[in-house]
Amino acid sequence: MTVLAGGTDLMVELNFGRRRPEHIVAIDRVGELAGIERNGHVRMGAGVTYTRMLADAGSQALAEAARTIGSPQIRNAGTIGGNLGTASPAGDTLPVLAALEATVVLRSKAGERRVPFADYMTGPKKSVRRADELIVAAEWDEAGPAQTYMFVSTRNAMAISIAGLAMVVDRARKRVGIGLGSCGPTIIRPADAEGFARGLFDEAGWERPHRPSESAAKELGRLVAAAARPIDDVRGTAAYRRHALAVMGARALSRVAQIA
Amino acid sequence: MTLAPPRPGARVKVRGVIGEPAPREDAVPKVKGEFQYASDLWREGMLHGATLRSPYPFARIRKVDVSAAAKLPGVRAVLTQDDVPGKKTYGLMDRDDQPVLADGYVRFVGEPVAVVAADTIEQARAATKAIVLEYEVLEPTFDPIAAIQPSAAKLHPKGNVLERVRILHGDPAAKADVVVEGEYEFAMQDQAALGPEAGLAIPREDGGVTLHVATQWLHEDLDQLAPCLGLPESKVRIVLSGVGGAFGAREDTSIQIHACLLALKTRRAVRMTYGREESFFGHVHRHPARLFYAHGATKKGELVFVRATIVLDGGAYASSSSAVVANAGSFAAGPYRVPNAVVDCVGARTNNPPTGAMRGFGAVQSCFAYEAQMDKLAKACGLDAVEIRMRNGLVEGDAIITSQPLVGSAPIAEIVRRCASLPLPETAAHRDQSELPGGHANVTRGEGVVRGVGYAVGFKNVCYSNGFDDFATARVRLFADAEGPLARVHTAAAEVGQGINTVQLQIARTELGIERVELETADTNVGSAGSSSASRQTWMTGHAVLQACREVRQELVRRAEREGLTLDRTDLADLLDRPIEKTVTYRHQDTEKRRPDGQSRGHVAFMFAAHRAVVDVDVETGLVKVVQVATAQDVGKAINPLGVIGQIEGGIAQGVGLAVMEELIVEKGRIRNASFTDYLIPTILDMPPVIADVIEHPHPDGPYGAKGVGEAPTISSTAAVVAAIRAATNRDLERVPVRPDDIVFGTSSRSGWRIAPGDDPRRAVRG
Repeated sequence: MTVLAGGTDLMVELNFGRRRPEHIVAIDRVGELAGIERNGHVRMGAGVTYTRMLADAGSQALAEAARTIGSPQIRNAGTIGGNLGTASPAGDTLPVLAALEATVVLRSKAGERRVPFADYMTGPKKSVRRADELIVAAEWDEAGPAQTYMFVSTRNAMAISIAGLAMVVDRARKRVGIGLGSCGPTIIRPADAEGFARGLFDEAGWERPHRPSESAAKELGRLVAAAARPIDDVRGTAAYRRHALAVMGARALSRVAQIA
Repeated sequence: MTLAPPRPGARVKVRGVIGEPAPREDAVPKVKGEFQYASDLWREGMLHGATLRSPYPFARIRKVDVSAAAKLPGVRAVLTQDDVPGKKTYGLMDRDDQPVLADGYVRFVGEPVAVVAADTIEQARAATKAIVLEYEVLEPTFDPIAAIQPSAAKLHPKGNVLERVRILHGDPAAKADVVVEGEYEFAMQDQAALGPEAGLAIPREDGGVTLHVATQWLHEDLDQLAPCLGLPESKVRIVLSGVGGAFGAREDTSIQIHACLLALKTRRAVRMTYGREESFFGHVHRHPARLFYAHGATKKGELVFVRATIVLDGGAYASSSSAVVANAGSFAAGPYRVPNAVVDCVGARTNNPPTGAMRGFGAVQSCFAYEAQMDKLAKACGLDAVEIRMRNGLVEGDAIITSQPLVGSAPIAEIVRRCASLPLPETAAHRDQSELPGGHANVTRGEGVVRGVGYAVGFKNVCYSNGFDDFATARVRLFADAEGPLARVHTAAAEVGQGINTVQLQIARTELGIERVELETADTNVGSAGSSSASRQTWMTGHAVLQACREVRQELVRRAEREGLTLDRTDLADLLDRPIEKTVTYRHQDTEKRRPDGQSRGHVAFMFAAHRAVVDVDVETGLVKVVQVATAQDVGKAINPLGVIGQIEGGIAQGVGLAVMEELIVEKGRIRNASFTDYLIPTILDMPPVIADVIEHPHPDGPYGAKGVGEAPTISSTAAVVAAIRAATNRDLERVPVRPDDIVFGTSSRSGWRIAPGDDPRRAVRG
């Protein structure tokens, strides 16, 4: 059985003849999946659309990621559950969920289980979700406003990311999360870069905004690029992906460090 | 040819005449999704056709077994080359070139090998997979320069050189104080028409067939189709269906022959519609090219010579390569006074996907290279981009490098000057995120962004060239019904989105002085209109409609005189107790055939445009936002000013796309991005505002002075955008499209072939 939420990935697969499921169940009108609960902790139902996230995401980076996706029509249909279900390394909300250290909530007849995002994806379009499990929500702790998401693509809209980067600086919890998209088989967390950034905030003080030095931003970019495992493909070269990640890492740091 | 003077003014003002901005009749249905495109064709009980295509770029077919496929449920016919009842080959310009279905060999990935008709499309596709084929894989050739060397393996009985054009003008050994050289690469662009190839073939009781299809030239399809079906042309009727864009891709046949073969075999209506992916394998693309150039000038920047060697990759079959090669050569030096030129232009056969017609037709490839050269020359001479173009631009009476003089055009210097004087966009401050490179992908909020401005000028022929018998027929019937006089115009001109239907209506209203004019559906029951290509329909079908209307009007005058009436004071209905019908075939003035030295008056007329592009480049990530394109274009006369602007904006969209994103990536003969997910075309957020100065310098032979419009916007807009990116980045950028890698790393795009500009590329050396 195949589940259809927004259909923005599934219908492409059907049109290209890559899948021919016997049964499709549409869950787009299941109200229970469409809620957002916020009380310091965010629980976003799997059926929440990208359009909804623009106004109410519980994460600045997630709202920015939602804005990068497709056209208004795609954003009206596509959902966070669909992004998780497809589990593409190019899924735009996924680097954000990685940086937020979110939890994926899966449910089957046997009950509910909660998987840290870091353990969720196992490869390109592969995850630990079992065939009998439905994605019901993603959850994370609200991390404050110092966060951003960005990607590079040759087209200025309706484009798939060649390489993407999310950065979350949770000033209250003294935590830096970075997620890299489209530059490896899964979403990558560059541990060395996160450690380096923590050091910068330890030094500058977590509670107040600062302007990182150019050399610090550059070093962070270098560490981000070093963690990537990009390939050459039809959308871009591995060399360009690494380069773009270095630029984006530096820019993201400069951007979020200045947000209180 | 001299036109009759405009008719005396009508008593009542007629709306929708020439010169008025006239909206398209299909605009609202298209926007509301109610327009019937060819892929929407449907008939009760129709079968569905599907095509089996080659998985190999070059192979011998050892065995074909369709027996298992034919036994599958719902399958009504499975056809291979043996089942083609008539001529086994077809081709746009060479009828002996391309097999209807593979003839024992396959020469490109995607070549049709067999076709199936079944009750449902799923059954038809399943049957194609059940066809058993044994291939002997052969060594393919993908490098067009390698393919034309004497030692290269022959890929087709007709050899690997599809066409060669050599142009010798003035002194081939001329010397100059300032010389600049360059090698340029031009990647494969796709027409990316939104409507896929589609049609419906319906067998007739008399053994013939009627085909409803989206095409650019009904009669050319007929001429190729009937012999393959083994039918006389009288037994085949082709009707134009709703065309969802063409841009050259519908000049070659796609589903036409296959759908008719299946319909005749099954005695059932058969619809064939390519899906998006198949569409990329089912039509020809724009020729990729390698261009080797040298420009020589005086220290003041006056051109002394141009030498160029151009190799175009024609892919596996000829299509229109011979004419594309001739054009790329003809326009190789640009719209400039060039006293001495040597141009050697070759079209190569390879095992890549076939290439053929696309908007600009050979002129686009040359323009990218010669305009890059002009900028290099300007730099070497200490001139700016505008000055060097104004200094060398053609004026009426000057000859191009084929010795053909320029007639009926505004001076190039004036076109460039008017383009350069259009207002520039405001500077970068306080922009919305969507206006920055990368847009809402959010990668820059101003960091790394550098602005650049670039110029380019281009030109091309209007109508068919080099001695081709180019004509168009129109039938106009004027009669009266209960509501009064009504004219019906019947031509075979294909409305492919360019606006020829509106132009025909406007001309008929103008000439007949009545508002009630209707168009018959374009089909082969009237004479040929020629193709909707070479920016020729306004000129050709426009002339034919104009003349047919004037003959109708002359008959009205005769009738009025017989009754002792004055036409302008008479109710036309009173003169129309019998209808008046006139059929006129218009031919443009003869053009000369090509000569061995390339010197001939091969073209009917030229069209010119200048473009100025303003770009913002994020130089650290290599992302580009085209901020504005300004253009001045000499259209002769804007018959429909609204349509002219539509063509200018649409052509620039295609030019911008080629400059920064549109590339069909072919690796080892395989298209890697056959989808709109990965073959990127500009969205509304990539398309810059266009400021257009429409110049109306009449051509003496065009209808009301009009020239073609459709191709000029595509020719030089790409070159202007790339020039602007060069200005922002200081990179050479000798390749289109410009990729982020090219900006960030300065990636070289040299071929590795050593070819002196002007030399015969069939004697090239590696290294």
